[in-house]
Amino acid sequence: MNIHFKIQFISVIISFLFLIFIGRLIIKGKLREEYSFAWLFCTVLLVILSLWRNGLELIAKTLDINYPPALLFLGAILMILIFLLHLSIVNSKQHQQIKHLAQEIAIMKKKNQI
Amino acid sequence: MPQFMLKKTHIALIIPCFNESKNIKELFENIQAISIENVNITPIFVNDCSTDNTLEVIRSLNCTFLDLPVNLGIGGAVQCGYKYAYRNNFDIAIQVDGDGQHDPKELHKIINPIIRNNADVVIGSRFITKEGFQSSFTRRLGINYFKWLNKQLVQIQITDSTSGFRALNKTALKLVNSYYPDDYPEPEAIILFKMNNLNIQEVPVLMKERLNGVSSISPIKSIYYMVKVTLGIIFMYLKLKKS
Repeated sequence: MNIHFKIQFISVIISFLFLIFIGRLIIKGKLREEYSFAWLFCTVLLVILSLWRNGLELIAKTLDINYPPALLFLGAILMILIFLLHLSIVNSKQHQQIKHLAQEIAIMKKKNQI
Repeated sequence: MPQFMLKKTHIALIIPCFNESKNIKELFENIQAISIENVNITPIFVNDCSTDNTLEVIRSLNCTFLDLPVNLGIGGAVQCGYKYAYRNNFDIAIQVDGDGQHDPKELHKIINPIIRNNADVVIGSRFITKEGFQSSFTRRLGINYFKWLNKQLVQIQITDSTSGFRALNKTALKLVNSYYPDDYPEPEAIILFKMNNLNIQEVPVLMKERLNGVSSISPIKSIYYMVKVTLGIIFMYLKLKKS
């Protein structure tokens, strides 16, 4: 019981710190709002799970999962995959934008020569 | 109608250059040496952020050039030239590789079908008459594979789909002004042209072995090339089929 309380205390603290950190990044303008949704969602989920101790076990039981942490890993990996895909999409869009900007610059440089 | 009243055809020769300083001067001189009746040829060098002294060599030639601030690869460089040609109202744009494989003396062969209004896109092929430099065995194997793939998807026979020696009229220029594939654009562009109902024609040309430097496709990269281009072709086909 004591050990359980310790680890819960630590995870609650860490989750809250993370939430505050994400919030500060958004306020300072270092993280754009559209990219912050996924982060906020993940952190809030983390806070809920660390506060609601039996939650994970309850959800796992209703899904017929014998080993509750497996559900946690599955969820985490899925979230990571989705977020990585999101980053690749952002990256591809920027690649396209940079290409067009570079071409415009080259054409404008030519105009200025004359 | 007197001869001088005939409208001249303005042709942009787009020469993408990445570290080609040893080849460009000779290429430029070869281009200047050609004269075709009623045709005005403007070479446009596109420096794709070369790391050698390509830019200085181009500057010393006193010609039109575009200088890209970052390296975009062949597709981005060629598209930059196409955009310039489209906006400056050229009638025909022709891609000529900076490595000297494409002989400017062969130009008239690929512009004639466009001037006669028989085609929107003309591709110079070294495999129709099988004369001149025929490329390596593995490269030919790849080209045959693309020939097969193109035939399956859009039912056209292109014998030299990796040939960069091609001419585009204004209709085709308008299309590539808005979209052109990135890395290894040539085989993919054929699907793009065909699916937009452009008239593609292939004509026999002679090609030379490259003068200096190495080809952009090394043996190690060739497998990546095949996979990348195959994916590019299939996705381009699916994308255009949907729209």
